[in-house]
Amino acid sequence: MLAHQVTRLRTDVPAGLTEALDVVAGFDAVLTRGFARIGEEDAAALAALADAVAGTPLGARVAEAVGKVTAGSVAEEHLAVLAGARSALLGAAHDALLGQLDGVLGRDRSPWPGAAAGATEVSPARLAARAWLHEVALTGWRGVDHELVSGAAAPVEDALAEPGSRRLAVLLDGLAAELRACVPVAAMPQAPVRRWADLWARGMLLTQGAPAGPAADVELVSGRLLPLGVDVHEHDTAVQVGLHAVLEPAGGGTPRLVRATVGAAKVATIVGPAIWRLFPGQPTLLRALAGRRAVTVTDLPLHGGDLRWDDTRAELGEPTDPFATARVLLASATAASTPPLDRHPAAIAEPVLVEGAAVRDDGGLVLDLDGERVPVTVDRLPASGPLTRGRVAAATACLGLLRWDDGRWLLQPLGVRFTSKRQVAEAHNGDWADGVTDPKIAKADAKAGDAVAVLRERAGRLLRR
Amino acid sequence: MTEAVEASWRRRSVLRVVPPARARKLAKVPFVELADGRLQGVVSSGSDIERVYVSSVAAGTHAYHCSTNNNRPCGGLRGNPCKHLHALADEAIIQYGVEPVARYLRVDVGDGVDTGAELFARMDPRHEPSPAAVVFSRFLHHLAYLEVPESTAPLPELQWFPASAAVG
Repeated sequence: MLAHQVTRLRTDVPAGLTEALDVVAGFDAVLTRGFARIGEEDAAALAALADAVAGTPLGARVAEAVGKVTAGSVAEEHLAVLAGARSALLGAAHDALLGQLDGVLGRDRSPWPGAAAGATEVSPARLAARAWLHEVALTGWRGVDHELVSGAAAPVEDALAEPGSRRLAVLLDGLAAELRACVPVAAMPQAPVRRWADLWARGMLLTQGAPAGPAADVELVSGRLLPLGVDVHEHDTAVQVGLHAVLEPAGGGTPRLVRATVGAAKVATIVGPAIWRLFPGQPTLLRALAGRRAVTVTDLPLHGGDLRWDDTRAELGEPTDPFATARVLLASATAASTPPLDRHPAAIAEPVLVEGAAVRDDGGLVLDLDGERVPVTVDRLPASGPLTRGRVAAATACLGLLRWDDGRWLLQPLGVRFTSKRQVAEAHNGDWADGVTDPKIAKADAKAGDAVAVLRERAGRLLRR
Repeated sequence: MTEAVEASWRRRSVLRVVPPARARKLAKVPFVELADGRLQGVVSSGSDIERVYVSSVAAGTHAYHCSTNNNRPCGGLRGNPCKHLHALADEAIIQYGVEPVARYLRVDVGDGVDTGAELFARMDPRHEPSPAAVVFSRFLHHLAYLEVPESTAPLPELQWFPASAAVG
């Protein structure tokens, strides 16, 4: 990424973005106060939401839902329509921002392949989740109490037991844990209202039995996977590891930007390097992450840009240099479109290579490219890898993901080349996937014991009585 | 919160609202939580691998209890919190930090509280039996997460939950 590209990202703000986000903020304020009592301000915010989507296929239904809700009839179906309208606005913001980014980077992106699969059946877990989200919306964030938060436990448990509702379970559990920690919300100086409304709206969509992906549009791919970097997400009870890579298709053709993602359920006390022990079923993937090794894959299903990982169809190859992969292949690789219902600015995670930037520390870390500055997300450095704030600050090259939040582009480092004691070294998020390689951390880790093994032993002894 | 921080809490989609738990050894005290108005958890017996103790201290009243998961009172309770309760408080302090634990229990801690024993010294604790079943079943529910199979389908909602080290 170059200075003039950062300049364009900063200055070419997509038309209508600010206005769309203002409408979203208005809706978020209604959700904060609660739908049980719609005041004048709330009615105006909802009318603005209806206006914003008036020219779209959603227009008539949103106008009707806003009318009913404003008149005091706040049914689940109306809230679902409002959640859809809010999601559509943020989906459009996603598309505009990603379009801007693709233009600036010269990145090719294949269009979304056709229609999505039909809606799945609405299960009891989804109905229960929808009822809880309805209750939350009526109450508003400021009115949430422990009793209401506890009401999420049953739908979470049921959704976890349904393979098709994993996403919903993970979302509700994460949201409920935050609410529990923040009760009483009214006493907070500022609640995270955009964030919670994002999660609420996404939860509402997931309870509709919406298609999880383009079931009809899966293709099988084979080729050589060259790692770029590893992104880790987690809350108390879930963790997800995503490998961003370039796929060189077998038999030639344009290289493609893809992700391989694996997830596991966990508990709050499994943190740091211990998370890697939650993936005993993916030995090849973990070794590839740890060694930054190429992987030859055969007939793996690809949904958009998401490889559906199957360790038995993956064969470990030679060690690679992710910086070289990025330098040589990133410019020519084709990216995939995000599934329509997953589009939201928070879903933007585009791999980029930054070389020749200085890292400045002015409270937060900032990449300085000839005077153009990109903030670094120092709050996205996982404890499960060797990337630290100090190493990012000493970086001479950085592989990362461009992200967008709160009106600005940010760089999330996935791997850095840095200078330490006059030696050039590298640190990547996946380095410890096959065991901690830093002797000091490894010693501390060994002393703490294997959290996953301890809990599995306890589960084995106590759960099946 | 400064004005800038408030604005970012209002407008950001991605924030770490709850700090991650700090890593601790789980062998002795596999489960600790601040819930249901209590600091409560499960302590493995030092002598019998099949046995666990359920220990709890109530917020505000500081009523404590310790029993096996079958409700047999702990022999170590002789007018004072037993070693299991001390271990529970020690581990809670590691996992959450002193300040959140003290705030939850409504204990006035000044400086110099680092251990469970020191925390109990700032309370006026009294013994009051409470059933173990609820806490024990919460522990089993907690363990059940480890029985959920791995997934190879992306969970796009976790984009809102980036992993981050405790500092930063």
